[in-house]
Amino acid sequence: MEKLLEVKNLTKVFTMGSILSRVRLTAAEDVSFYIKPGEIFTLAGESGCGKTTTAKIILGFEEPTSGTIVHNGKDRAETKGKKVWQEEGIQAIFQDPFGTFNPLRVVDRYFFETVQGFKLAATKREAIELIDETLRLVGLTYEEFAGKYPSEFSGGQLQRVSIARALLTKPNLLIADEPVSMVDASLRMSIVNLFKRLKEETNLSVLYITHDLATAYYVSERIAIMFRGNIVEIGPVEKVLMEPKHPYSQLLRESIPEADPTKRWSKRIVLAETEEEEYLRVGCKFAGRCPHVMEICKTQPPKDIDVDGVLVKCFLYNGTPATPHE
Amino acid sequence: MNETILRTEGLKTFYILDVFGTQKVVKAVNNINLDIRTNEVYGIAGESGCGKTTLLKALAAAIEPPLRLVDGYIFYYVDGKPVDVSTLSPEAKRKLRLDYIAYVPQGSMSALNPVIKLKETYRDFIESHVSGKTKEETVAMAEQHITELGLPPKILEAYPHQLSGGMRQRVTIALAALMKPAIIIADEPTTALDVVVQRGVVQLLMDIQKKLKNTIILVTHDMGVQANIADRVGIMYAGKIVEESTTEKIYGDPQHPYTKFLINSLPQFGDKSPRQSVPGSPPSLIDLPSGCAFHPRCPHAMGICAEQTPELITLDTDHKVACWLVGGQHGKTA
Repeated sequence: MEKLLEVKNLTKVFTMGSILSRVRLTAAEDVSFYIKPGEIFTLAGESGCGKTTTAKIILGFEEPTSGTIVHNGKDRAETKGKKVWQEEGIQAIFQDPFGTFNPLRVVDRYFFETVQGFKLAATKREAIELIDETLRLVGLTYEEFAGKYPSEFSGGQLQRVSIARALLTKPNLLIADEPVSMVDASLRMSIVNLFKRLKEETNLSVLYITHDLATAYYVSERIAIMFRGNIVEIGPVEKVLMEPKHPYSQLLRESIPEADPTKRWSKRIVLAETEEEEYLRVGCKFAGRCPHVMEICKTQPPKDIDVDGVLVKCFLYNGTPATPHE
Repeated sequence: MNETILRTEGLKTFYILDVFGTQKVVKAVNNINLDIRTNEVYGIAGESGCGKTTLLKALAAAIEPPLRLVDGYIFYYVDGKPVDVSTLSPEAKRKLRLDYIAYVPQGSMSALNPVIKLKETYRDFIESHVSGKTKEETVAMAEQHITELGLPPKILEAYPHQLSGGMRQRVTIALAALMKPAIIIADEPTTALDVVVQRGVVQLLMDIQKKLKNTIILVTHDMGVQANIADRVGIMYAGKIVEESTTEKIYGDPQHPYTKFLINSLPQFGDKSPRQSVPGSPPSLIDLPSGCAFHPRCPHAMGICAEQTPELITLDTDHKVACWLVGGQHGKTA
C-alpha cells in the first residue's frame, strides 16, 4: 500500500521545572500512524492530548525524542535541518486565523511573499493569476481580498484565506490543526466540505486534527483517538465512532451534544483536575476516570490489541497483541 | 409562567464609528424585544458577527462608546419593579450590576491573573463585593463555594497555568456565580473546548442554575449545546431575533428558513450524505440588505422579502417568528 506519510513510534518527552524538581512529561508516546495519498485522516482527542505536538514534529518545528517520520518515501532523518514545508510539500493551517496573520499587515502581502519565496511566478501579473486561481478554490476572488487587513474578514473567510495561502505551493499534505474549533457550526461545514472537495479535485491529503468528532466522522476515512500522548484507538471512522471500544472513545462519543432536546445528557462525568496528573500515570492514563477500571490498569500500560480491524489500547479486550503498523 | 426579570423594548444599539471623516454605523442590535424570565436558561444562537455579543453587552448595561444606545429600553426587574437601566448614573449602574448580574465574557479562561494563586483571585473578587471580611473568612467562603459546585477545593492553592483549560473555564464560571447573581450572562463559554470538557462546563452551568434558581443567558453558536441546556432559544440574524421559542419547538418544528439551516447543517452520526452550510456569508452590519436581511441567502425568497422587513409575529404561545413565509403575513403591510 502506498503511504504518503508514515509516523513510526514517535515519542516526545518534555522536561519541565527546575533542576531540583524536574518533571518529565511524555507529550507523545509511541505514536504510529500513516496517511495515504488523497486521504483525510483524523487525529482526535481533547485539549492537551499531544495532537499539536505530533503535528509540530511532522512539520519539523520540534525534534522527536525518538521515532521516525517517513514522508514521500524519504526518512526525515535524511532531510534533517531542511525546512519540510519547502522541501517536501507539507503546509499547515492553524486554529485561530486571526492569530495566523499580523493584524497590521494586509493579507495579500503573505501571498506575494509565499510566491516570491517559493519562486512560483516570474512577474506580478503571473503571481496575481496564481493567487486568484488558488483563492477561487476556496470560494474567494482576488478582487474581494486585495488590500484588506485581517480584521476586514470574517472568521470563516479568514480561515479560508489561510487555507488558500497554504495551497499556493501545491502541497501534497495539509496539516490542519483544529481548523474549525473557532468558527461556528455552519461555517464548519463549509470548511470541511472544502477539504472534501480539495481531496477529490487535487488529491490532497489532510491530517485533520480536531476534537469535533461529528465533522471528523463526516469528512474522514480513518481516525485515531489520542489521549494523554497515546493513541488509544485507531481504525476506520465507521467502526471507531459508531461502535467505540476504548472507554475513552466511548466517553468522547457520548459527549457530543445532539441537536435534539429530547436526547439530553443524563449521566454525570468526572474531569481531570490537572493534565499533568494524568500524564504522569504509570499504567493506563485513563485509569483515573475510567468506569471499568481494574487493578492491572493502574500498574501496567496497556498494549495495542487488534479487535475487529481496530487497534485498541485497553485491558478490557484480550487477544493477540497487534503487530506494529498492521 | 415565570415572571419577567429582564426586558428590552425596541432595543437598538449601534456602533457609530468615524472613519476618515465618514460616519459608519454598525447596526449590531437592531430593534430587539426580549422578555427573559426568572429560573430559566435562555439561549441565543446565530452565526458569528450577527450581533450576539453586542446584545449581551447591552443586556449587561455595559454600553460604552463607540457602542451607543440609539433607541429602546432595557429594564431590570428588581423586586418585581422595572428599572430603566439607561436612566441610572454610572455609580448606581455599577452597584446594581454588582449583585444583580454576572457577565462571563468570551475567552474568560484567560481572565484569571496568572501570577497569583486562585485563592487570591477569589479574595480580590469577594473583597470588591462585600467589605469587612478577614482573609480567613474569604478563603473559607471560596472553599465552600467551590466544594458546593463539585470542584476540588485544592485548586484554590494552584496557579491558573497549572489547571487544564476546562478547569480554568469552570473556575471562572464558578467565580461568576459566587455572589449569587440573579442573572448570569455567558458568552460562548464552551467554544474551543473539546467535547468532554464542554460537557463538564454545561454540567456546571446546569448545577449553578438548579442551585440558585436564577436566570442564565447563554450565547453559543453550537446548536447541540443549546439543545442540551436551554429552556428557550432565540435565533439571531443580522442584529434581529428572527425566531424564538421553547427548545422543543425550535428543534422539533423550526419555522424560519435560517433556523432550519442552522439545525440541518450539523453533521449526524451514521449519515455521511453531503451537508450544506448556510449558503453565502452573513451580511455586513454596516450595509444591511433591504427588507428581510436573510433574503439574499434564502432559498424561498419572494418579491416582498427584498422590499419589506417582516415583523416578529406570534404563532402560538411562546413561538415567534419573523418571516414572510409564515403565518399568512404575505401580502399584508407590515
